[in-house]
Amino acid sequence: MLSLNKKDFGLLLVVAILTLAAPIILNPFPANSGMAQFNAGYPDLMQRFVIFGIFAIGFNILFGLTGYLSFGHAAFLGVGSYSAVWMMKLLSMNVIPAILLSVIVAGLFSVVIGYVSLRRSGIYFSILTLAFAQMSFNLAYSVLTPITNGETGLQISLSDPRILDGANAPSYPNLFGAQMNSAATVELGNWIFTFSVGYYLCAVIMLAAFYISIRVFRSPFGMMLRAVKSNQQRMNYTGLNTKPYTLAAFVISGMYAGLAGGLLASMDPLAGAERMQWTASGEVVLMTILGGAGTLLGPVLGAGFIKYFENIFSKINDNVLHGWFSFMPDGFEDFLVTVIHPFVGKGWNLTLGLLFMLVVIFLPGGLVEGGQRFGRVFRRKDRNAGSVEADAAKQRNQTAAE
Amino acid sequence: MDAILLQLLNGLDKGSAYALIALGLTLIFGTLGVVNFAHGALFMIGAFCAVTLSKIFTLSHKATEPSGTDFLGNPKFDDVLYVKDWFGETVGAWLLDWSVPLAILFAIPIMLAIGFVMERGLIKHFYKRPHADQILVTFGLAIVLQEVIKYFYGANPIPTAAPEAFRGSFDFGILLGFDPNAIIYPYWRLIYFAFSALIIGGVFAFLQFTTFGMVVRAGMADRETVGLLGINIDKRFTIMFGIAAAVAGLAGVMYAPINSPNYHMGMDFLVLSFVVVVVGGMGSLPGAVLAGFLLGILESFASMNEVKDILPGIDQIIIYVVAIIILLTRPRGLMGRKGVMEE
Amino acid sequence: MAILEVKNVGKRFGGLQALSDVNLSVAENSVHAIIGPNGAGKSTLLNCLVGKLIPDTGSVMFDGQSVLGRKPYEINQMGISRVFQTPEIFGDLSVQENMLIPCFAKRDGSFQMNALTSVTSQRDILDKAEEMLVEMKLADKRHMHAASMSRGDKRRLEIAMCLSQNPRLLLLDEPTAGMARADTNNTIDLLKQIKEERDITIAIIEHDMHVVFSLAERITVLAQGTPLVEDTPDKIKGHPKVREAYLGESQDAA
Repeated sequence: MLSLNKKDFGLLLVVAILTLAAPIILNPFPANSGMAQFNAGYPDLMQRFVIFGIFAIGFNILFGLTGYLSFGHAAFLGVGSYSAVWMMKLLSMNVIPAILLSVIVAGLFSVVIGYVSLRRSGIYFSILTLAFAQMSFNLAYSVLTPITNGETGLQISLSDPRILDGANAPSYPNLFGAQMNSAATVELGNWIFTFSVGYYLCAVIMLAAFYISIRVFRSPFGMMLRAVKSNQQRMNYTGLNTKPYTLAAFVISGMYAGLAGGLLASMDPLAGAERMQWTASGEVVLMTILGGAGTLLGPVLGAGFIKYFENIFSKINDNVLHGWFSFMPDGFEDFLVTVIHPFVGKGWNLTLGLLFMLVVIFLPGGLVEGGQRFGRVFRRKDRNAGSVEADAAKQRNQTAAE
Repeated sequence: MDAILLQLLNGLDKGSAYALIALGLTLIFGTLGVVNFAHGALFMIGAFCAVTLSKIFTLSHKATEPSGTDFLGNPKFDDVLYVKDWFGETVGAWLLDWSVPLAILFAIPIMLAIGFVMERGLIKHFYKRPHADQILVTFGLAIVLQEVIKYFYGANPIPTAAPEAFRGSFDFGILLGFDPNAIIYPYWRLIYFAFSALIIGGVFAFLQFTTFGMVVRAGMADRETVGLLGINIDKRFTIMFGIAAAVAGLAGVMYAPINSPNYHMGMDFLVLSFVVVVVGGMGSLPGAVLAGFLLGILESFASMNEVKDILPGIDQIIIYVVAIIILLTRPRGLMGRKGVMEE
Repeated sequence: MAILEVKNVGKRFGGLQALSDVNLSVAENSVHAIIGPNGAGKSTLLNCLVGKLIPDTGSVMFDGQSVLGRKPYEINQMGISRVFQTPEIFGDLSVQENMLIPCFAKRDGSFQMNALTSVTSQRDILDKAEEMLVEMKLADKRHMHAASMSRGDKRRLEIAMCLSQNPRLLLLDEPTAGMARADTNNTIDLLKQIKEERDITIAIIEHDMHVVFSLAERITVLAQGTPLVEDTPDKIKGHPKVREAYLGESQDAA
């Protein structure tokens, strides 16, 4: 199906169903219950899930396959956002040209930055990309203010030309008239589900991006990239010029980042330089690693995980904590609240940093590997036994076929 | 001419900070082979050691003022500093005034301890892991450290004053025969430069003239062989890490009066210091120092209005541009050795 | 007919003259060994042949074309494959994938994107890799993680990867270094078999005399950066100059 093998098609199907049904699945708690704060099924958050999912999927094509650790991918996201907003200012509020331009501009940027950065590998590559990103960030704040509008950020306004839009065109980003912020709300008893245009646009694009990434992973190109990661020396002596391969991977991941940036701006038409800061680059690295670098599903899981908990943790304050622990003795309740307090609310970054360390230390393979490990323990089979059995089975099948 | 001299001087203090951080980074990278993204955080913690000491010295309690009562007849209260209670008026005032230099004494054991704990508890387990993992775990640690500081000290910069005696400025102009006020340079920055020179000299002397330093230098040249000689490298690594942490910390302590410490100053300096290390040449201590001062001064020149008029924004990116050019033309940096981190 | 011609090659590192005036010609379809004591310049010479170093003087011609100044991948595309001292394979990949990569590389040359086609749809490449796996007796290990194989198997895989590209010259750098006797003998047999079955030239740099004398048709002895003698194995065995170079003593003293 779709030129995918059974397993990959199954994976795509599961991801597609989960994504398309997300407004229902992510709203398991009735709207008026105390648990409603754990619901994630509202458009703004779900959009962030899939948009950062796209960002991480793209990053994974570079980092997961080639092992080149870029610390500057947020720059492409920022460039994509700026291009999209400019397109909406000048041309049309329709998101199609905006998204197209953001991908193209980010692609061009990544050709230049990638060409230079890929002259070096390892830690030098990381530092070069970091330097480029910081440079873009500094420039966006200073000289490029006419383009980026500096600290205020780039916004749309009524006086923008928008030469393609007629007099009655919507004044909000839209897809041929369907505004991104419009949504249908369905009430089922106490449950409220919101189906928004913006989310479904992002979701469909994310599925396409995911599908392309599966194809890339399963292609000879993807295998070459994994070989580059595994042994560059052997690759050179195998008659393959690795430069164009790694550059192609870099540009693809840059275009994914641009796409994510364009979508961010399409959902909420403004762009600021803080999106390009190196902490933002660090975040996408974390998403990829947390989910599992080099795995198909990992980056999507990682992006969802981080954006969900960012949202939840930021909402928890002392009152909420007291509410949770109210069944405990007073002194103990206060103690628990004091202990947890630094990690929630504004302390989300602290939790993020700790999570980062814990994942790198204990689970370098990320959630996907963790899940597999858990699954193996559950089935009481270790990895070797499993693979040997699989080998044996395959051989039996082959001899039978012959 | 005077403008050029002024920029040269202005570049020195930032250059000193870059050089000190880059020195520590290089020591760690050269001996332990670890890329430490948390090194900037150590610099920041150093600066907050200064903040903490001056906060301790300003702890106070209320005392009734003997002189009398306010207009309602209630007794008046005064804030009385504990230091003045304990050490008397003059000594107390002096302690408060000199809290930043005194923080050096306070910071050394703290930074050494942090360094030891960090190396034993975390870095040690990453010697054999890929550089990417080292970068990631120390990046995570840097976030944690800065968030912890933010939690306790808040997000706003905390002004921390230099001692009264050094608050003025020195008029170089007169000394060099220019007009008065042509080249004005704050005393504290001079002190900072001298202090950095002292530390850098100290580290080099330590490496040059002690047996310990000799082993470390040998280790930087060829880690495996030194390990084979039966020298307990592990213990030395720990000490080396402690020293590097202390160097970064001291750089931070003394920097507090120049720029009010805030929780993200470490990250800001780290990115630049890494660039400095790369420009200087990974694993080269003199390279790190040289590149630190060079880039500090370059940055200061780029921020001259005359330069900015021609190349707007150049002051924001000059360091990165130089780094990119150097990396592409001289992959080993200014003074890098062959065989360090090559493909 | 010489397939590899090294003429007057010299290379200096600082104060050390690593190679001086090296002349060497490897005949097509022969097995040519280069031996010499430590520090004789064997590795430097090899690096000059594969494009890692550029000699200060002289020329290196492969099949009438100069290899100097070319990148390793270009030299490979000319028809030279290299086997390393420690087997260089793609440890993170399966044995089958290891085998597929050189086959793709041979076909795709310097760059062919192929990002949206599936590996499993490339029948010709799969068949070619499979054929090679069977020939090299690695077929039953095809789904194994390459890094988890024994050293002998890694060496076998590396040689198989090189052969799948049908090179005209196979360069081996101490192929049995660090191997147990049994593995060494296996490798010797493998190389003998390759030589019998294919039109291929093999140049081998080796320390182990057992390997050299079981395989080589001609031997060049390198000492202090310059060729001492070049002859057949039988003549090399008792050659006084060779003894001198290896034992560091003159005939008279002995």
